[in-house]
Amino acid sequence: MKFSKKVVLEFPQHTWDQPIIYALNTKYDLMFNIIKAKITPRQEGVMTLELSGDKENFDKGIEFLKEVGVRVRFLAGDIERDEKLCTHCGLCTVICPTDALSLNRDTMEVSFDKERCVGCELCVPLCPFKAIIMNIPSHSQRNSLQNNRRGNKKP
Amino acid sequence: MGGVVKSIEEINRRIAAGEAVVVNAEEMIAIVEEKGPVKAAEEVDVVTTGTFAPMCSSGALFNLGHPSPKIKIEQAWLNGVPAYGGLAAVDIYLGATALPADDPRNKVYPGTFRYGGGHVIEDFVAGKEISLKATGYGTDCYPRRELETVITKETVNEAMLLNPRNCYQNYACAVNGSDRLIYTYMGMLKPELGNATYCSAGQLSPLLNDPYYRTIGVGTRIFLGGGIGHVISHGTQHNPCAPRGPNGVVTAPAGTLAVMGDLKQMSPKWLRGVSMVGYGASLAVGIGIPIPIIDEEMARFTGVKDSEIYTEVIDYGLHYATGGGEPLARVSYAELRSGTITIRGKKVPTAPISSYSKALEIANILKEWILSGKFTLSTPVASLPGPESGYSPKGMKA
Repeated sequence: MKFSKKVVLEFPQHTWDQPIIYALNTKYDLMFNIIKAKITPRQEGVMTLELSGDKENFDKGIEFLKEVGVRVRFLAGDIERDEKLCTHCGLCTVICPTDALSLNRDTMEVSFDKERCVGCELCVPLCPFKAIIMNIPSHSQRNSLQNNRRGNKKP
Repeated sequence: MGGVVKSIEEINRRIAAGEAVVVNAEEMIAIVEEKGPVKAAEEVDVVTTGTFAPMCSSGALFNLGHPSPKIKIEQAWLNGVPAYGGLAAVDIYLGATALPADDPRNKVYPGTFRYGGGHVIEDFVAGKEISLKATGYGTDCYPRRELETVITKETVNEAMLLNPRNCYQNYACAVNGSDRLIYTYMGMLKPELGNATYCSAGQLSPLLNDPYYRTIGVGTRIFLGGGIGHVISHGTQHNPCAPRGPNGVVTAPAGTLAVMGDLKQMSPKWLRGVSMVGYGASLAVGIGIPIPIIDEEMARFTGVKDSEIYTEVIDYGLHYATGGGEPLARVSYAELRSGTITIRGKKVPTAPISSYSKALEIANILKEWILSGKFTLSTPVASLPGPESGYSPKGMKA
């Protein structure tokens, strides 16, 4: 059965010379669609991609990513809309490329479909009421990323 | 004119007796359609309207109370946002769009304007502590030159929301015909008519339901920011001579209201700080105005629906900044609300900035207030300038 999920991968420095995405494809037969990729000022890579394939292979692929030191999180939890802050003005629907944010034309209320969200973040600065929030990794998770990197520098 | 004529006193007596029939402006549409304006005027006493949108010409007036020794405040900052001190010793006015000196503005384009005057007002109304810094030059009666303290709505004497221009009667629909992305007070506009934004509650909007200002005037009691306030004058840039359709409804930005109310009884739910990327800070204000159905004509006016209200599509990329150019199109609010309008043969997606669902919530709260007898209607003490006045705003030589 085909399984598909959007994931955010954080690559510590020491993973740079490894063809990790290639391995996901060839070893686990996962199809990937890169939504976003960037390199942070700390020279860590962050990539958002949609992975599709067999559920069992998907789980093995995620396991493989963790083993080689890539931090994995699922995109659905990344962007949140704060219901208390949202005024349902509708301005965010201008920019959302996937219609994850959409305006019900009868009730004139904005709905947010996490499954459709690709985490492009375009809506975050656009919302006049700061109601769309990026969940950034917690401090301890960041530290473990850094420790990985430091560990790699040891002779 | 039909036979029904009701006075506001009569309507207030019915409110007091618990007999008044109050509906919101959306409900009134179906009533007038079904029964006609004469019957609707007989049956309905009050129609409630509402709007909730960024309204930049807003601000708060504070009397801070005198410290010891006293100070004649010349410059003041609330949470780092500058307030105007050119009034009596401890009176200051904070504008909704004011920004802290250290905000980078558009130096890193587009700026995000995360905190400005509107946000201070929201925090104050929420009961939060607000830091106050002030300087004065020192006089014999006001010797203090510096002040650093904390204020809340408990510590100040008066806190008044005092907004010189709110509640626009209709507003333009914004598009961008240029070849670059622009950031405006109407939101982000994509190049080559990539999207359109608009900012009115349409059929729920107060002045679109009383197009000739027959019942809304100086002294009208209103829902303001969750509390009770008043219309104190026509607003700045009031333009009753804007073009009108055959139904009397303006087809471009027209009348405006200046409003005032006690900030201490208002709610942060209905006064919200606004950050418009690339543009600046502002305040979203919730306003609800009751319209007494004094006769058949007011029933007909309040029965107006989105498909009968039109506005102009203005090019903010090529024309708005210089004031030239003709509107690209005329569209109805029903079209705007549908999600797509057609300009020069191109289908353009639309998004509102004014919250229709919050406007409806306000109209319903006001309806409840009136039905419970908590809120009665007021007779204006003076009319707003109407189309016969010839009153219209001018440009500036510069």
